[in-house]
Amino acid sequence: MLDVIWLVPALPLLGFLTILLFGRRIGEPGAGYVAAAAVLGSFLVTVGAFFDLLSIDEHHREHVSVLFSWVPVSSLQIDMALLADPLSITMALFVTGIGFLIHLFAIGYMHGDPKFSKFFLYLNLFVLSMLMLVLGENLLVTFLGWEGVGACSYFLISFWHTRESAATAGKKAFVTNRIGDWGVMLAMFLGFQAVGSVSYSALNGAAESGALASSTATGIALLLFVGAAGKSAQLPLYLWLPDAMEGPTPVSALIHAATMVTAGVFLMTRMNPVIAASADYAPQVIAWVGAITALFAATVAVAQHDIKKVLAYSTVSQLGYMFLAVGSGAYVAAIFHMVTHAFFKALMFLGSGSVIHGMHHEQDMRRMGALRHVMPITAGTFIIGWLAIAGVPPFAGFWSKDEILLFTLASSPVLYVIGLVTAVLTAFYMTRQVIMVFFGKARWESHAEDHGAHGEFRPHESPAIMLFPLVVLAGLSVVGGAIQLPSFGIVPKGWRHHLEDWLHPVVAPGEAVIKGTGAYDAKSWLALLAIACAALGILAAIAVYAKGRGRPIEPDLLARGWRYDETVSAFMGGPGRKAFDAVARFDAAVVDGAVNGTGVGVRAVAERLRRGQTGFVRNYSAIVVAGVLAVLAWFVIVRGVL
Amino acid sequence: MHGAVDFPLLSMLVLVPAVASLLVALAPRRRPEYAKLIATVTSVGVGAMSVWMLRAFDSHSGGFQFVSRHPWIESWGISWHLGVDGISLFLFFVFFEIVLVPMYFLIGGWGYEDRVRAATKFFLYTMLGSAFMLVSILATVFIASANGIGRVTFDLVELAEEASFAASTGRWLFLGFAVAFAVKVPVFPVHTWLPDAHTQAPTAGSVVLAGVMLKLGTYGFLRFGLYLFPEAARWSRSLWLTLAVIGIVYGAIAATMQRDLKRLVAYSSVAHLGFIVLGTFAFTTQAITGSVMQMVNHGVSTGALFLLVGMIYERRHTRQISELRGLQQVAPVFAAAFMVVMLSSIGVPGLNGFVGEYLILIGSFLTARWWVVVAATGVILAALYLLWAYQRVFHGEPDEENRSFAELRWREGLLLLPFIGIIVFTGIYPKPMLERIEPAVQSLIEHVSERTGYSEPQPVAAVPHDAHGEDE
Repeated sequence: MLDVIWLVPALPLLGFLTILLFGRRIGEPGAGYVAAAAVLGSFLVTVGAFFDLLSIDEHHREHVSVLFSWVPVSSLQIDMALLADPLSITMALFVTGIGFLIHLFAIGYMHGDPKFSKFFLYLNLFVLSMLMLVLGENLLVTFLGWEGVGACSYFLISFWHTRESAATAGKKAFVTNRIGDWGVMLAMFLGFQAVGSVSYSALNGAAESGALASSTATGIALLLFVGAAGKSAQLPLYLWLPDAMEGPTPVSALIHAATMVTAGVFLMTRMNPVIAASADYAPQVIAWVGAITALFAATVAVAQHDIKKVLAYSTVSQLGYMFLAVGSGAYVAAIFHMVTHAFFKALMFLGSGSVIHGMHHEQDMRRMGALRHVMPITAGTFIIGWLAIAGVPPFAGFWSKDEILLFTLASSPVLYVIGLVTAVLTAFYMTRQVIMVFFGKARWESHAEDHGAHGEFRPHESPAIMLFPLVVLAGLSVVGGAIQLPSFGIVPKGWRHHLEDWLHPVVAPGEAVIKGTGAYDAKSWLALLAIACAALGILAAIAVYAKGRGRPIEPDLLARGWRYDETVSAFMGGPGRKAFDAVARFDAAVVDGAVNGTGVGVRAVAERLRRGQTGFVRNYSAIVVAGVLAVLAWFVIVRGVL
Repeated sequence: MHGAVDFPLLSMLVLVPAVASLLVALAPRRRPEYAKLIATVTSVGVGAMSVWMLRAFDSHSGGFQFVSRHPWIESWGISWHLGVDGISLFLFFVFFEIVLVPMYFLIGGWGYEDRVRAATKFFLYTMLGSAFMLVSILATVFIASANGIGRVTFDLVELAEEASFAASTGRWLFLGFAVAFAVKVPVFPVHTWLPDAHTQAPTAGSVVLAGVMLKLGTYGFLRFGLYLFPEAARWSRSLWLTLAVIGIVYGAIAATMQRDLKRLVAYSSVAHLGFIVLGTFAFTTQAITGSVMQMVNHGVSTGALFLLVGMIYERRHTRQISELRGLQQVAPVFAAAFMVVMLSSIGVPGLNGFVGEYLILIGSFLTARWWVVVAATGVILAALYLLWAYQRVFHGEPDEENRSFAELRWREGLLLLPFIGIIVFTGIYPKPMLERIEPAVQSLIEHVSERTGYSEPQPVAAVPHDAHGEDE
């Protein structure tokens, strides 16, 4: 299937074009099935490519297929080319796999929406862009996908565009991402200047062979990180992600949890030889930004009431973990956590979508409670997701988070402590959410009137097409850790480190060596410590929210995200806007004023001169006489003639 | 210097519209459909001839093609000399001026409320610039005849290849040309005629202005700046780079705060043209190729934007952003067309605008790194001003006045279709266009190198890792 790797993006493209041309005629639910089938098709091709790659010797697991020459100008030769290697196939597998499940879910969730087919049009375009992003053979093809997912994200966040908040959120996402894109573009320019190419093989090859100067490598790495921070919602650019929850929930699951937001982590992993060749402070910057973002977002998640906002901040926080891993040289762990996170976070987003669907578009957790009785499958699967993210063994999240923390300790104890504290908070806020939504007393009956249901308001379980993806994702959240099990002295040899072996050809240049470090020797104890932290967070949340021991600590400052967003908004709306306005007024008053002033000035002078032109012969002859006299006077007095 | 066909295509291209306009003038007044028919047939015919030429154009040659040369005013060395690309300075000046006349009448006659003032300002401002050029042209010709040529000639190729100017002379002569081009482009700070002219012009006028006329300036910089006065162009490059970058950022910021949709698009033109000037004075193959490509792209994207804004005006009789609202709800297809064109203008990859902008920036990075660092922020601002405008006009709930906004009509759709086709095709497959532009750019840079000793910086060669570099 490697020869037809182009089919992977081509099928969603076909789906997109089909819906573009016939979408309205196909209507609901046909458009949804067309879109889902397209993504399923690319998933199957990717699976085929995966097995093809497996059958090749480890050192040759790299297949480039050049589609056509895209931007060829003199020394700059950029092909539209796809690269199938362990990293890109891993990404493509979960993008198409989870993408397919989310398409199925959306068929149920978007039922009855007047723009049903348009929704799937955007979804297929998104999957196409995402696949170009991960399969790109060079930075520019990746950038094509990178901007494509950004544009689709914009369309989908503002899908319900008659709502002012949705429209604003979409615009905010696009513009914030563009700040990051500035970095990616400059990184490409720097790379081209240094290597004469923007292809990954050339850039990484130069970094590995030492041909790339350390200063250049540092520049490229940090500029790409600016882009990654935008796309993957890290401080200071994370602002757009919580607002992006304005989009339909399947979008939040697909784009803002499982796939698009991981693009930054992917890019850094792709460029790991360049990061390895850069100055020491470059990975440190990445690790610190990741750690601080993880902690920051976790503290905010603790005080949210909107079911989706909790998950949004949680996503920001988990992405922070991934960058912490990248900065610590734990690329396998980063990808590992990306995959498991995609499983359980997509699961919980879809679960929240199922709740919102069943609650007739209620999103406030204070009006939920006891939903496990009416939505047993949603509740059961959500609880599995909760255990996975909280770090309870043997669920998927435990393994990946544990591995990140292990590498972190080896590189910096301070970062390790931040990681642990974040783990406690994660367990705490997720437990809080599960209790508020699914346990305790039902708080929704008293609000039935709000929904115009007059006593008939009754949450309901979602249809099978929505539950099926939940069940599959729950299964993956349970066993997902199996792709990269540590030994712990008990795991049999054939079961360990699958992902590590698989990704080895790609990440080898940048991967930190963990064996032989003090952290590695103590890893069993570290695992126990991590479990203890998870238990601490869970028990504390149960004590507060289930048992009522101790008042909830949800300070306003945290609920408002440390006021960061409002400060930025206030700045943009206040001084920023005034400055822009000043430029516009400067243009009108000074630059154009000078032009118009010249015009007015010329006119005024001409007006004066015109008064001399009276049209009377006597005036003209008087002036002629005066002139003659003046000339005569000049000759007589000045020149002394006579 | 060969023509693939003997037929005097270029002369025909120039003469046919002239004859047609005479015919339109003679057409009976009571039957306006005759005039419309003549105009349409002529435009389609001229368009077809251009496409024919594009096909016959030898893309591997960097020299002049389709040359057509006839003596005209022989005693002054003025001849009818056209070529792709090669012209007589005299003819260039004549036509550079003549284009003002129809545009003046288009704006003044069919424009909006403040049309007469805008048309006058446009005319006087650009005339003022041209006056400098006229002096420069004459000085160039006579100084050249005394320095290396030995007779009076207006022929661009002869002047560029054979004349030798003292550095200071060349600089003064170049500045004369540059003033005219800077006004025409327009380059900050001589841009303020453009928002007025664009806003007041009828839709067709705006499209021609954006699509064709502004390019006279950027074309002039390439042809009469870099080619005729390479030394002076190199000498003054920091000035132009700086003005270009100011134009990019300043134009974008000013665009953000506009209340009138057409004014917004006009200021976005200032920013876009800034990119073109930046690439022109970066002196690398990628940057100049990108600039030439962006001249076409800007014409397509901004032209289409003006068409769309014109369609909005036809329906709502307003261009004020604040009076429009929720149009996507009532006219989704119209909104989708606007969206595609807008994304092209923002420079989203996969659409035409990106390729040109990217080439300009990556090429300029080699010679003007810090200018590019600032210029690249233009991509952020472009997203800001266009998306904000889009949100205010198309998003939200339509109010009473906007609820009856008509959906895109068939005729309008057919009009926009070629624009959107070019936008998508060029974005995905720019190669046919690039390979037609590049040879001329390379010979231009070689010319500059010969004259000034400049050598185009090349990126460090790729390591052999890149196994599939050349073959396709």
